[in-house]
Amino acid sequence: MKTKELKDKKMSIANLFKIALRAIAANKLRSFLTMLGIIIGVASVITMLAIGQGSKRSIQAQISEMGSNMIMVRPGQDKGPGGARQDADEMQTLKLKDYELLKTNAKYLAAISPSVNASGQFVRGNNNTPSTLYGISPDYLTIRQLKLDDGEMFTDEDVRVGAKVCVIGKTVADNLFPNGEDPIGQVVRFTTIPLRVVGVLESKGYNSFGMDQDDLVLAPYTTVMKRVLAVTYLEGINCSAVTEDMTDLAIEDIATLLRESHKLKATDEDNFTIRSQQEMAEMMNTTSDLMTTLLLCVACISLIVGGIGIMNIMYVSVTERTKEIGLRMSVGARGIDILSQFLIEAVMLSVTGGIIGVLFGVGASVAVNALAHWPVFIQPWSVILSFAVCTATGVFFGWYPAKKAAQLDPIEAIRYE
Amino acid sequence: MKKVIELINIKRNFQVGDEVVHALRGISFTICEGEFVTIMGTSGSGKSTLLNQLGCLDTPTSGEYLLDGVPVRRMKRRERAVLRNRKIGFVFQNYNLLPKTTAVENVELPLMYNSSVSARERTQRAIRALERVGLGSRLYHKSNQMSGGQMQRVAIARALVNDPAVILADEATGNLDTRTSFEILVLFQELHAEGRTIIFVTHNPEIAQYSSRNIVLRDGQIKEDKLNPHILSAADALAALPKPTDED
Repeated sequence: MKTKELKDKKMSIANLFKIALRAIAANKLRSFLTMLGIIIGVASVITMLAIGQGSKRSIQAQISEMGSNMIMVRPGQDKGPGGARQDADEMQTLKLKDYELLKTNAKYLAAISPSVNASGQFVRGNNNTPSTLYGISPDYLTIRQLKLDDGEMFTDEDVRVGAKVCVIGKTVADNLFPNGEDPIGQVVRFTTIPLRVVGVLESKGYNSFGMDQDDLVLAPYTTVMKRVLAVTYLEGINCSAVTEDMTDLAIEDIATLLRESHKLKATDEDNFTIRSQQEMAEMMNTTSDLMTTLLLCVACISLIVGGIGIMNIMYVSVTERTKEIGLRMSVGARGIDILSQFLIEAVMLSVTGGIIGVLFGVGASVAVNALAHWPVFIQPWSVILSFAVCTATGVFFGWYPAKKAAQLDPIEAIRYE
Repeated sequence: MKKVIELINIKRNFQVGDEVVHALRGISFTICEGEFVTIMGTSGSGKSTLLNQLGCLDTPTSGEYLLDGVPVRRMKRRERAVLRNRKIGFVFQNYNLLPKTTAVENVELPLMYNSSVSARERTQRAIRALERVGLGSRLYHKSNQMSGGQMQRVAIARALVNDPAVILADEATGNLDTRTSFEILVLFQELHAEGRTIIFVTHNPEIAQYSSRNIVLRDGQIKEDKLNPHILSAADALAALPKPTDED
């Protein structure tokens, strides 16, 4: 008996689906117009999210290209934007011995390089170009994830002796060797110092701030410190943590070592600043998240408007189909059957609209990517989310008209003109 | 004979503003299986109210109505819906077919609300009912592609498909021309001959000649209730009609 009841129940639900499907099929244009709101809503939610996620991902990709494990140590206390200017002597708190200390003692670090820079004109024959000379150790390549296009990196031995060698970026190479000669082995001059080119870096293009990442010259830090700038302090120490997760541990460790080495008391502030690439990434994510949220709000409004569209049409359609409802009741449809039919119709319309909307949204995202060259990324959860919202919309906005239909009096409904 | 319908002193009052309108003032009659009953009366005689009672669309203020032995008065809305589904076949004046829907799907409708009938059986029964009313060749025509007579035949097939205890026709020929009206009457007489119980509500006195019993209502009461000793053949009447001049 129980199983028969269950079977009957299953069957009646299947019948209700069939009834709703037939009713939709009998009114194709109206059904399509009803779905239009949902289609546009879902498509815009998906497209907006795809654009938002795409830009977020491209920023993240650029940051990790710069080295997502990167930690930068700078002299002096960063007082934040608009704060008091730093003392001149505070700029000289990082010394070579700090670098050596960290190199031997710091845990969690995969690579470490000091950094001193000098800006100026590079000259080769008749050609010259302004650029920046970075004094670094060979580890710098690992930290910044730079690769050589041609030639090779200078060696630790070059660093030890302060050899007059350099590795140049693509832009510098193009400017100094405009006729396509091989720069390897050639000598370029920075102020009065001749530097022999041993390698050319692979091009990285522009970063998200619009800076040319190929406009640089690398040389051993010893060479830059002693022969070019004649300074004893460093402008910074760049290192990279073993893994991204260890960045925080590494930062703590570096801070402890440096405070000890600088003989700072517990009450003293750090006279150096440690920044990680992760922090920067988070900062930029906040911006893109905000943008995504705003876009999403707009898209959600259009989804709600779509839902109201469904309610509107369902409501009108209850009045328009009063006679049909009367007939169904007279041949034995119960209130619950009518309610279910209208609810199923509403949900079917919104789900079908949702599916079409997903297709349109994906299509629009691909089109945006192809035509405007914006990075897009369609997140699976955005599809699932908009789908769930669709169904919920159908039930929510379909309920009231369905209830109204179910409560009609069959006698009046069947004679309604 | 088995009693299909038994009305015992049915009264139905409506509250209109401060006044109480007595639409039915104590109606009693019994209809047995296989009867073809016409119910006549002028407008305002309580015809429609009585039809609503018979069709279980409404419940009486007092009295009792037994449909196929089942007391209806205290039934809930939901229970009456199921009762209509199993025991009654309606035929309306304006056909009331689902728009843009095929004949088969229209006829299947009552069975859609009966979950003990499988999809396959449903279609088979719908096709059989359509064949019975002479529309075997128009199974998949849509309702808007059919003539009035064809639509009414679909409606009759729909009333037959659940094998009801009684067929309730409400002015079933009211919208049709003379010839088509007779064609429909022929169909009703055939169904009567097969042993179906039919109640035909109409204001057209002519139709009473083709039924087996005639009940006349006036001011909510039965004015006349008598058997028809000389049932005319609608088929003969149809044959006697002048042939349609426009041959097509």
